Amino acid sequence: MVDKKRPVNLDLGTIRLPITSYVSILHRISGVITFFGLAVMLWLLDLSLDSEQSFNMLKDLVAHPAVTFFVWGSLIALAYHTVAGIRHLVMDFGLGEESFNSGRNSAWIAVALSLLVILVITSWVLSW
Amino acid sequence: MVGIVSSFSRSGVTNWLIQRISAVVMTAYILFVTAYLLANPGISYAQWAELNSLLSMRLFSLLTMASIASHAWIGIWCVLTDYVTVRLLGPKADMIRKVLQVGMVAVILVYLVWAIDILWGI
Repeated sequence: MVDKKRPVNLDLGTIRLPITSYVSILHRISGVITFFGLAVMLWLLDLSLDSEQSFNMLKDLVAHPAVTFFVWGSLIALAYHTVAGIRHLVMDFGLGEESFNSGRNSAWIAVALSLLVILVITSWVLSW
Repeated sequence: MVGIVSSFSRSGVTNWLIQRISAVVMTAYILFVTAYLLANPGISYAQWAELNSLLSMRLFSLLTMASIASHAWIGIWCVLTDYVTVRLLGPKADMIRKVLQVGMVAVILVYLVWAIDILWGI
């Protein structure tokens, strides 16, 4: 049974979180968004391979504002999740996890890198 | 109670490893498709369909889809067992979480079947 008196030491709502916490929770949020964004990706893949007609339709389709928004949202969520995930893989190999400082630094690097990729994706999407 | 019955491999260490291996496969797929599209601007339907008809490409896509399936199962299980809990949501949390887990597995299965249908329907 669940012990209701079990103490909860970290009440996340009352403490100031470090950058590593934001990078972590965004990794989870972007992962969940990517999971649903896969429906958009599979839909586009389906249209791109179904027939020449549906392939040629894609260009006009993704130019529709609602479609553009969902494709953009799926792509930037995937981009962030991938960059933050690579940070985890790098840390798994023992690089940059020896101290809180290195963790904080790699978190900032992940933020900067993902912002760069998101900027590239956004300018590409806006060109549709 | 949060149990491990609904976790992907029932072993935390195995889940951890599957999560990493699937991540590497998916990253490789993203990099390959991005590089291919960048190298072939204004690609025609014929060329795109030819690439995706290759057995090697179909298997790469299918391997990526299988990676997505296991990766999402493990990741969403972690998120659900962390936040949809009795402590945070009250006594109904266990039931809500089980419903959400079944829904998650159903979506994954739909994705898998859909992907196979796309790849082998070219």
